Amino acid sequence: MDANSPLKASLSASRALKLVLSVNGRDHRLSLDPRVTLLDALREHLGLTGTKKGCDQGQCGACTVHVDGQRVLSCLTLAASVEGKAVTTIEGLALDESTLHPMQQAFMDHDAFQCGYCTPGQIMSAVACVMEGLAETDDDIREYMSGNLCRCAAYPNIVAAIKQARAEMKRSRK
Amino acid sequence: MRPFSYERAHDLASAIRAASHQADAPLHAPIQFLAGGTTLLDLMKIDVMRPDRVIDINPLEKTFSEITVTPMGLRLGALARMSAVAHHPAVEREYPVVSQALKLGASAQLRNMASLGGNVLQRTRCSYFRDTSWHECNKRDPGSGCAALQGLNRKHAILGTSEHCIATYPGDFAQALIALDAAVEIAGAKGNREVPFRTLHKLPGDTPHIETSLATGEIIVSFHIPAGAYARRSLYLKVRDRESYEFASASAAVALDLADGVVREARIALGGVATIPWRAVEAEDVLKGTMLDEVRARVAAEAAFAGARTFGGNDFKPELGRRTLVRALLEAAALEIR
Ligand SMILES: Cc1cc2nc3c(=O)[nH]c(=O)nc-3n(C[C@H](O)[C@H](O)[C@H](O)COP(=O)(O)OP(=O)(O)OC[C@H]3O[C@@H](n4cnc5c(N)ncnc54)[C@H](O)[C@@H]3O)c2cc1C
Ligand code: SF4
Ligand code: FES
Ligand code: FES
Repeated sequence: MDANSPLKASLSASRALKLVLSVNGRDHRLSLDPRVTLLDALREHLGLTGTKKGCDQGQCGACTVHVDGQRVLSCLTLAASVEGKAVTTIEGLALDESTLHPMQQAFMDHDAFQCGYCTPGQIMSAVACVMEGLAETDDDIREYMSGNLCRCAAYPNIVAAIKQARAEMKRSRK
Repeated sequence: MRPFSYERAHDLASAIRAASHQADAPLHAPIQFLAGGTTLLDLMKIDVMRPDRVIDINPLEKTFSEITVTPMGLRLGALARMSAVAHHPAVEREYPVVSQALKLGASAQLRNMASLGGNVLQRTRCSYFRDTSWHECNKRDPGSGCAALQGLNRKHAILGTSEHCIATYPGDFAQALIALDAAVEIAGAKGNREVPFRTLHKLPGDTPHIETSLATGEIIVSFHIPAGAYARRSLYLKVRDRESYEFASASAAVALDLADGVVREARIALGGVATIPWRAVEAEDVLKGTMLDEVRARVAAEAAFAGARTFGGNDFKPELGRRTLVRALLEAAALEIR
């Protein structure tokens, strides 16, 4: 993160907001231009580049994160508007240093990606989809995961991965 | 994005006061409320909306997001999220058209963010409106012309158009509200008023940049859907270019009160084909008091689109719209109501 990057320079134009953002269980003090989206705050200011920028217009799902447990698009969320809420990104999903979340493991087991660019968004969305109880059938998975586009069309493997993780998530909840 | 100041609204009155003294129509005003932000931020990024002050109304969420089902009807707070309403068990059961219109809109992530108030105020997806490198767009820049009339207009409206604008109203939920005769409660500097939802959106006429009857500073606080015998026998059918996560090419919100196959009352609204959420009163009149079968449904659909006008790219829409309505009517008639 270069302090002289064009993005940061252009941001000095309007007044900075002092914010505390809670990301993956840690509080971060930031001074941000009001225009900074949650996506840019994560990537450019906190160095959490796991969350991807695909379209930056709410159309692809690559930037999906959880805010207070709900899946949302970080590219259409102002960083300022999530102050006081708990943000979880792909970096905060693993259970500990050595154990992946069942959804992460399932994506690997099923080769549910090719280039991997959409994958963090797919995984964040898929975890929420299972928690919402909207991943019970293949049709439901396709419908309720439709907000995550995959340019490599790994869709069949993504569905398979979600089914595996669904079973494990249900088991571990008990 | 252009610079703007960000502030949070801690009570309704101060938010209204802050935004009331603006000259422009609300959707162009320099002070904008932020709800889910899924329309506002999108359009600010592409420089179509240019507020210099954004007032975040989400701190008011607790007060204005209730979902209340009573024998009188359904009351929905304007800051309730699309997903919360769509999956609410009583809404699913008693007002299927409301639940379905919400579930079939946008994506799961967007529905978690988007509020009902913001949803009904979403802006058209007309590509010339969204792309500021086009000079002509009366909605974006009054008096500049309409690039869509002679341009790519496959997705444009065939009902309610004018020579100044043919942009489609893109939302789904509003059709359910129109069909069920909902009212909208609006808070403003002079207090609250409740008006029929159908009076909220304005036909483009020669002022397509004025999209609603909201005054600047006014905030939508709730929607009220009266109970009716037809509400349970209702559905939303959406036809689109891809199976999910796409705006309607044609859609129909239908609610029927049937007795032994005879229509006591029919409520019909059309989406994807009109410049505003469109109530198809002519089709309702055709059905009233008749046996609903495929022939009758087709007559109703003919009536609904009798006034359609096409512009080249969207010549297919009247027939698509008619078939969508016929299917919606027949499916609604076949529903088993428990
Ligand atoms: C990729 C994509 C696909 C989509 N697909 C669909 C679809 O298929 N069907 C569909 O229906 N929608 C669709 N949408 C649109 C989406 O549903 C709307 O953007 C959303 O509902 C707007 O609500 P919001 O709370 O985010 O509004 P905001 O963006 O926060 O606000 C929109 C406007 O309304 C004003 N406003 C907000 N709340 C109030 C209030 N209570 N009182 C007064 N003014 C207010 C704001 O100032 C702003 O001008 C899609 C959007 C995207 C980005
Ligand atoms: S149809 Fe309306 S929104 Fe689209 S270019 Fe014409 S005036 Fe603008
Ligand atoms: S980057 Fe947010 S939806 Fe594409
Ligand atoms: S794996 Fe390449 S976009 Fe999905």
